[in-house]
Amino acid sequence: MLDIEAPAVARKALPGQFVVLRVDERGERIPVTVADYDRAAGTVTVVVMAVGTTTRKLAMLEEGDALPTFVGPLGNPTHVDKFGTVVCIGGGVGTAMTYPVARAMREAGNEVVTIAGWRNQGLIFWEDRLREVSDELIVCTDDGSCGRKGVVTNPLQEMLEAGRRVDLVIAIGPAIMMKFVSLTTKPHGVKTVVSLNPIMIDGTGMCGGCRVEVGGETKFACVDGPEFDGHLVDWDLLFQRQRSYLDQERQSLALFEQHVCRIDGKPATAPTAP
Amino acid sequence: MPKLNLNVVPMPQQDPSARIHNFDEVALGYTPEMAREEVSRCIQCKNRPCVEGCPVGIDIPVFLNALRSGDLPGAAEVLYAANSFPAICGRVCPQETQCQARCTLNKRQAPVQIGRLERFVADWAREQKWRRAGVAPATGHRVAIVGAGPAGLCAAADLAKLGHSATIFEALHKPGGVLAYGIPSFRLPRDVIQAEVDEVRQLGVEIRTDWVIGKTATIDELLDEGYEAVFVATGAGLPMFLHCPGENLNGVYSANEFLTRVNLMGASRFPEYDTPIRVPRRVGVVGGGNVAMDAVRSSLRLGAEEAYIVYRRSEKEMPARHEEYEHAKEEGVRFLLLTNPVRILGDEKGNVVGMECLRMELGEPDERGRRRPIPVKGSEFVVELDAVIVALGTSPNPLVRRATPDLRAGAHGTIVADPATGRTAKPRVWAGGDAVTGAATVILAMGEGRQAAADIDRFLRGQGPAEWPGVDLERVSHAVAATA
Repeated sequence: MLDIEAPAVARKALPGQFVVLRVDERGERIPVTVADYDRAAGTVTVVVMAVGTTTRKLAMLEEGDALPTFVGPLGNPTHVDKFGTVVCIGGGVGTAMTYPVARAMREAGNEVVTIAGWRNQGLIFWEDRLREVSDELIVCTDDGSCGRKGVVTNPLQEMLEAGRRVDLVIAIGPAIMMKFVSLTTKPHGVKTVVSLNPIMIDGTGMCGGCRVEVGGETKFACVDGPEFDGHLVDWDLLFQRQRSYLDQERQSLALFEQHVCRIDGKPATAPTAP
Repeated sequence: MPKLNLNVVPMPQQDPSARIHNFDEVALGYTPEMAREEVSRCIQCKNRPCVEGCPVGIDIPVFLNALRSGDLPGAAEVLYAANSFPAICGRVCPQETQCQARCTLNKRQAPVQIGRLERFVADWAREQKWRRAGVAPATGHRVAIVGAGPAGLCAAADLAKLGHSATIFEALHKPGGVLAYGIPSFRLPRDVIQAEVDEVRQLGVEIRTDWVIGKTATIDELLDEGYEAVFVATGAGLPMFLHCPGENLNGVYSANEFLTRVNLMGASRFPEYDTPIRVPRRVGVVGGGNVAMDAVRSSLRLGAEEAYIVYRRSEKEMPARHEEYEHAKEEGVRFLLLTNPVRILGDEKGNVVGMECLRMELGEPDERGRRRPIPVKGSEFVVELDAVIVALGTSPNPLVRRATPDLRAGAHGTIVADPATGRTAKPRVWAGGDAVTGAATVILAMGEGRQAAADIDRFLRGQGPAEWPGVDLERVSHAVAATA
């Protein structure tokens, strides 16, 4: 979790939007969904899972370090309105992005049920904050170490089968979770919004790398999204495109780990690009 | 009577077999002797047709005459008076359809190689750290410019020279626009761009990277924050796709994405740089323009074994600069002309394995005079490929337009602006370059930047009407009709 001082971004950020950041001069541009913002302090909070080269580098930053690029807010904000009962579903680090959405939905007068899923208790964060902005918070862990054992779709399914009125579902998290949330709500005809996370470079509509298919049409997640109707998303295509650089990602990470080992746990400082 | 020299001095260049393994510049530039010899071919004709062919109106005969007499500072003075970035234009302008197309020598032989001489003098000026004319006393007026591409940089430089404070807001992390993300270093070395950008900064222009106007701030916010005028030069960055089956397979890139990964993000040096690219073994680039040539030649340099251009018309209609086409041929690019993709084929994992194409033949000329390609029935065939790069062109990015409803939108996502001044329908907002014209050339964008800067200067000095005479739509549509 990082609080980034970025007053211009903090001033405009809204729930559902993302930023593009780079960690160093040789770094990749990656999109990260905004988890929170403090307009007065001029800070934006992002939460990442340290799994790839860029996110590992991010996790090693110390207070006071600077990012060369932190641009945004990008993408369209979540459509907030009074819908009635809104179920906000977050998985893993996606639960952080659920927080501002749940808060905005609550402020708009909705009954907010938040379902948050993690792999295990050790990974849980912001439980108190989520509880604060939700009328009801259901915590799930894969191993049952906290809250309910199992995946987020279980309580959702129960709610729907019990005939509880749900006007809108918003799911933010791993693509596979969002797919199953969409599959769960579809037979019940409950509108389901998902926040897609394809590979991107610029985040402004320039590269088209973030192409997704929604309702049979190609869309750019960066400028047309990132939120789309989960019932219309071509999930298999999203998974396929997310795997575009699997080999290269492994290669990059291996190189990064070599660097880290060599210099005592600190990442190599990349010289300025020519 | 002395005999005219009939021979063009050839441009020294890297050998094709060597250059397909590096991203260094292909054309090496004239030596002083070569420049002297080439410039001596100019006959200093009285009617000066070359000047009319130049979109920014460089006084070419005076420039060439100064160069001929060995007065390099004088030659540089003439160039920079009309063009802020001659080192760039000397490399990327389509001179063969502009100044050189009009050269009187064309009647009997090849034209004077004005572009090469422009580059020679601009490179001399850069190496000698020759300084252009200074900056006028500060006026206190503040102008915001959206986009640090050719139009924006050019406008900023002109405004700064006139004493105004200019701030450029750039969405990407590096200035240059298409010069930085689109044009490869083997055509335009990065240090040439850097030198020009540094020069603009030295004039006092502030460049704020990582600012997306329309998102980080709106145009109205810029106007409210004390900028008296805003020039929108956001280019044409939205890639067009084929809209054929298989287009979202892994290994299908827009040329924008492919070139951005390589040029802006350093993917050719992966994993030293973090941004990856799928290095193609057999690549098909769809399109026949300069961007298609850039993408196909970049693929070879990354290590592609076979590289194809797939273009639906013939060599004659190909919009690429002749030089780029020749260079691509020398480098071993294969041309599937009169060929149109029908669909892209993938394997079970979603990776590209080939492209099905149709042969075409040319029919009657279309409204632009180019012969229309017509599919030949039953001529389908498959090219085995592991990457497809779509270089069919780009249209203006919608972000600014969407966030600024009172900017009037034109056809194909353009912004409507007065062709004579760059004024838009929105008070105190000008627009120019590809954002207005649709994808065109670097030099045309620079010309528009220059024109808008001149009109902004008039406006700031309170010359002309006090009311905002924005774009006169009737006149614009007349002008468009006249050129169509």
